[in-house]
Amino acid sequence: MTLGAYVVRRLLQLVPIALGVTVLVFFLIHLVPGDPARTILGVQATPARIALLRHSWGLDKPLYVQYGKFMGRVLHGNLGDSLFYGVSAGHLVLQRLPVTLWLIGFGALLAVLIAVPLAAVAATHRDRIPDHLVRAVPLVGLGFPPFWVGIVLLLVFGLHLGRPFPVGGYGSGFVGHVHSMFLPALTVAFAIAPILIRSLRASLLEVLESDYITTARSKGLPERRVLVRHALRNAVVSTVSVLGVNIGYLVGGTLVIEQVYALPGIGQLMINSILQRDFPVVQAVTLVFSVMVVIVYLLSDVVHALLDPRVRFE
Amino acid sequence: MSEPLLRVRDLQVEFRLSGGTLRAVDSASFEVGRGETLGLVGESGSGKTVALRAVVGLLPRTARITAGTVEIDGTDVTAAGEDRRRALRGTTVAMIFQEPMTALNPVMRVGDQIAEEPMVRLGQTRRNARTTALELMRLVGIPDPRRRADAYPHELSGGLRQRVMIAIALSGNPKLLLCDEPTTALDVTIQDQILKLLQRLQHELGLALVFVSHDLAVIAQTCQRLAVMYAGQVVETGAVADVFREPRHPYTLGLLRSVPDFDVVRAQLAAIGGAPPDLAAPPHGCRFHPRCPFVQNDCLDGGIPLFDVGPGRAARCLHHDEAAADARREPVIANA
Amino acid sequence: MAVAAEAVADAQVFEHRRGFARRWYRTPSFVGGVSILGLIVLAALAAPLITNHGPTSQDLLHTLQGPSSSHWLGTDDLGRDVWSRLVYGARTDLKVAFLAVLFPFAIGTLLGLVSGYYGGWIDAAVNWLVNVVVAFPFYVLIIALVFALGSGTRNIYIAITIVGWVSYTRIIRGEVLVAKRRDYVLAAKSGGLSDARILFRHLLPNVVTQAIVFACSDIVLDILAIVTLGYLGLGVQPPTPDWGRMIADGQTYLTTHWELSTVPGIAVVFTALGLSLLADGLADLLRPE
Repeated sequence: MTLGAYVVRRLLQLVPIALGVTVLVFFLIHLVPGDPARTILGVQATPARIALLRHSWGLDKPLYVQYGKFMGRVLHGNLGDSLFYGVSAGHLVLQRLPVTLWLIGFGALLAVLIAVPLAAVAATHRDRIPDHLVRAVPLVGLGFPPFWVGIVLLLVFGLHLGRPFPVGGYGSGFVGHVHSMFLPALTVAFAIAPILIRSLRASLLEVLESDYITTARSKGLPERRVLVRHALRNAVVSTVSVLGVNIGYLVGGTLVIEQVYALPGIGQLMINSILQRDFPVVQAVTLVFSVMVVIVYLLSDVVHALLDPRVRFE
Repeated sequence: MSEPLLRVRDLQVEFRLSGGTLRAVDSASFEVGRGETLGLVGESGSGKTVALRAVVGLLPRTARITAGTVEIDGTDVTAAGEDRRRALRGTTVAMIFQEPMTALNPVMRVGDQIAEEPMVRLGQTRRNARTTALELMRLVGIPDPRRRADAYPHELSGGLRQRVMIAIALSGNPKLLLCDEPTTALDVTIQDQILKLLQRLQHELGLALVFVSHDLAVIAQTCQRLAVMYAGQVVETGAVADVFREPRHPYTLGLLRSVPDFDVVRAQLAAIGGAPPDLAAPPHGCRFHPRCPFVQNDCLDGGIPLFDVGPGRAARCLHHDEAAADARREPVIANA
Repeated sequence: MAVAAEAVADAQVFEHRRGFARRWYRTPSFVGGVSILGLIVLAALAAPLITNHGPTSQDLLHTLQGPSSSHWLGTDDLGRDVWSRLVYGARTDLKVAFLAVLFPFAIGTLLGLVSGYYGGWIDAAVNWLVNVVVAFPFYVLIIALVFALGSGTRNIYIAITIVGWVSYTRIIRGEVLVAKRRDYVLAAKSGGLSDARILFRHLLPNVVTQAIVFACSDIVLDILAIVTLGYLGLGVQPPTPDWGRMIADGQTYLTTHWELSTVPGIAVVFTALGLSLLADGLADLLRPE
């Protein structure tokens, strides 16, 4: 089947999952023990005010009706209004989304730039010193709390060593963004690079034993071309899936990193809304996060299909 | 008589295993002249594939050439550095493999794989390399090359894939083609097509061919000379016709007798009793002696050298006339 | 007939255990992991013995002091002994992490067993649920759940369970799909053993090893999650000492007393290293020969 048909098929498979996601997000409010309206309004709320809020939220109607209205609003792009700011939650999210997207994209890019050369060196020097050194990275690296890494990086590069990087904020203009986002993106990269290294190294080792690598060598091709055009090109196919799965983890990690670097992204929006008990915004952000993750999974599947022509023919 | 294109002398290849070393090839010697065809025959484990890989320098990580020399087109490749060896690959000596599905890069179009050497090694532009690839595809008999060039390996049939491999091997204009059981994995009808193709190419391009197989019939069809390998050693060499008519090693005789032949009706197919030896601990003396019908006491003392038994013929047997006499009594093939 | 079937299945499990007992001391990762982890666990257990101040006793006259003979790692902004908070923090975080991994392990394994063995609509339903949960970024869901339920250790367990069972289900289900075609299962079935018996007495011991190995690296994830929640103020509540909280508290003094934030992080790294080594070692040892 063609690429287009493959994408459509995957999208259709995602529909029941997307529905499940919305149900889960919807029920987030109802998980709160006790009456959410009372919790919001506090202890001094009068029964009248509570009843009014419940009515305006539709909480006095049966659950499935509430879900229906919720889905209706969502599909129209209305994610509710912020209790704290008074503007639409959707607007707040859109305002801050670019920052988070920058963080994820830049971070993923740096992670790949770090992981690929290291994995290549390890696989081509199997069981020798460079390999052992590289293998130590995932072992130790996965135990580093990302937010702590962020703080250490801040300490070293933001506060000492001649302060080459700003300690917070988003900057302005493309160059400004790159400059301000470098440390946060590096933190993100350090968080997922170990997993990428481990996966790519294993994949490369397997590929390097393949017959087609022997064929490529029998052509007398320079070893570098064999490594890049034949070995890596095949090894990245499985690593793309790993990257996709881990971006899910990564997307959530940005939450904390935004906190460390005081970045005005949707992660920080979520934390602040939690502290301010701003239910609609928390709900909206959670929904947006999951939509992002689902899109990332779809993208990684598509990239996988693009890289591996055998996949489309199922 | 000009210099042989390939000269292998006393080649020894060892594998480094967790338990110790294993000598997969032990003092193997054979030669191939320009435009000549040599068959390398033996069971699995005889060392024929390892010897072939050693010639082109593509042994697995755990294996090493520990003795002997390999000369390709006058260059001693065992003494030369990897750069020199690599320079010869593809352009002087090329190889085709047994399993075309795994030997082709699954994520690269076949046309690009065929065009790779002309582009990278022969310095052709992308456009010219593409043209060259299409010509090669026509040469190896792939129909509708323009469309097929954009296909991926898994979209082609086994026979077509093998033709692609042959095209890749020819893409550097080599003088010597090493074939590692190229038809074993194919259907019988396709086997025949590929063999005929190889014969045609060999004639048209004047290639020298080393053809590894366990199948004597295939060797008979494609090669002028053959070398029989057993337990890592070359045990007999000679022209195919001569060896088939009068084998000088009991193992060769056994092999010939175990092959069904339509010209001679035999009472029964004779299999060779026993099994090939464990190469980590080979038998004393002649390695074939535990299974040999003509074994005598002196067969167990020390290593058996390769004896000259006629013009262009050699056999690693102290009693090589026994095998020959047996073959004369009961011919293996009606008309050799 | 049933007796023979049981014997065959038992033999499988026995093979595993014998190999383990023989080789554990020769596997460097396992030994390394046990050593590091053992050291930390010992320190945590012996907390009262190796500290001379309580973790919550404040001394507002001696805040932000450097290391001294009385306070080995100095004091924080409320005059509390940093070393003591570090050691007691190990107690808290390790305990919560170990417990937090049990529930997802149990629930996930159960669901994986059932969905892999029975297939059909049960499998479809479980898979759907897995995909829905997986669609949420790990931290986002945890934080959202903690937000909804309120902070504190009990809700941490609940949140981690709701999010964490997924990996176990996937692993066990995968193993069961392979294992249920093996001879010993077919023998058990034809021997007339009940489904429950097959599931728990025969399949479970053979498929659970992968889950156990994963659990070790899962504890690392849980420790990181707990510490992260602590950093965000959503985790273990003060005054109970927690490494994440310590890092957060120390961030204000990054320019003057950087060790306040750095040292607890190093503790996390070491603990995680020990657990990762242990996980690697176990994976090596429990791999079927």
